[in-house]
Amino acid sequence: MVGIVGYGAHLPRHRIKVEEIAKTWGADAPSYKKGLMLKEKSVPPPDTDTITLSVEATKNALRRAGKLDPADIGAVYIGSESHPYAVKPSGTVVAEAIGAVPDIHCADYEFACKAGSEAMFVCLGLVKSGYIKYGLAIGADTSQGAPSDALEYSAAAGAAAFIMGGENVIAEALHTYSYMTDTPDFWRREYEFYPQHGGRFTGEPAYFKHTLGAARGIMERAGATAKDITYAVFHQPNGKFPLRAGKTLGFSKEQIEPGLLSPTLGNTYSGASPIGLTSILDVAKPGDTIMMVSYGSGAGSDAFIWKVTERINEVRDSAVRTRKLLDENLTYIDYGTYAKFRHKIRKNE
Amino acid sequence: MFPSRIWRESKHRYRLEAGKCTKCGKVVFPYRLICPVCGHREFEKVILPETGKLLTYSIIRVAPSQFTDQAPYAIGIAELENGVRLLAQVADCEVDDIKVGMDVRIEFRRVQTDSHHGVLSYGYKFVPKWY
Repeated sequence: MVGIVGYGAHLPRHRIKVEEIAKTWGADAPSYKKGLMLKEKSVPPPDTDTITLSVEATKNALRRAGKLDPADIGAVYIGSESHPYAVKPSGTVVAEAIGAVPDIHCADYEFACKAGSEAMFVCLGLVKSGYIKYGLAIGADTSQGAPSDALEYSAAAGAAAFIMGGENVIAEALHTYSYMTDTPDFWRREYEFYPQHGGRFTGEPAYFKHTLGAARGIMERAGATAKDITYAVFHQPNGKFPLRAGKTLGFSKEQIEPGLLSPTLGNTYSGASPIGLTSILDVAKPGDTIMMVSYGSGAGSDAFIWKVTERINEVRDSAVRTRKLLDENLTYIDYGTYAKFRHKIRKNE
Repeated sequence: MFPSRIWRESKHRYRLEAGKCTKCGKVVFPYRLICPVCGHREFEKVILPETGKLLTYSIIRVAPSQFTDQAPYAIGIAELENGVRLLAQVADCEVDDIKVGMDVRIEFRRVQTDSHHGVLSYGYKFVPKWY
């Protein structure tokens, strides 16, 4: 049996409301709130980046993995589109911080918002093939959204970490499936600070085609319908898209809501569906099945079907639950503070 | 901060590695070659606990250049659960809300940024313990 042996998330405590961003740019907040189903989003303070979020999420994953020795982790892969360095890996810092060096393979992944699920996919494969005993897969981002652009209302920060292994499994990986085409719906060229996107083109031919394609593909391989799966979590660029994708596939709101965090978290890009999965694992019961479908612009989706084991009841409360990080101990900031935190104001050096 | 210093200090800055004297049990952080209590030269590696209480603090309002964006901020000394005291910035907290005796947790954060081009320095900071 191969699957998740430890999981954890980490979120910054700062939030900015949609009204605060809309007020700055003269936009209509109610239409954004209704149209995108977004209320607020997380904001990383200046001392928080993809590496720091990854380390804290990993520490939570290690707490749930019991007596696992970090030195037994044979690979660390971080998926993100906001690695702090253009040249220098993020994973080396994370591996050093948890004491997993030097016998470890490391790579930073990029594939827009599905880089985190890529890391999960590769770690599962390496564990299953016997190349490594444990693999650490992280999806983390401190996402960029250009000032006044629609993305600015959603681009958020957060991380989820999963330790894959073959012993003491919390959630077994029953099936995996990936679906990909070349679809230029969102991109950022070299030396550009903010990404560009294709507006409404990011919907039907991009997000929905790939998310639904991957979901239908894995459900067909599993011989399952929506009724056979307990929970589903999709990439969540806003609150609306994942609900619509779920409804199209026949999932009820009750199956989707435990993993739907974007209305108050925003879009954590590579962290989005992985953080949603941690939130579902926080409430899932042994025997439950979870379908996770990521989406990364460019474009593609990775799909997984997990089966929760009895061990979830032993480890669930060994670390903080994701909903607690989402809903409690929050600090709301104004647009000026947000602009300072996100380095949107040009200063002399 | 020089890359060589970041590299040299990463064990204690990144993962709170300390040394425990095998003769008298004194825990030293950062790691030392000679025990300051008994002069012994052998230590076993221990990892410091991640929670403690804030003993004292000072608020920095006029900050060095690499910290100006964070001012005002507090630097504090906390006593961890095993009695080790260490100095760090108190993050995620308005300076007016900081109290002596408050419970703190250690989190991994970016400690300083050497301009827009330089190496990034990571390490530990205190944050209020709220769960």
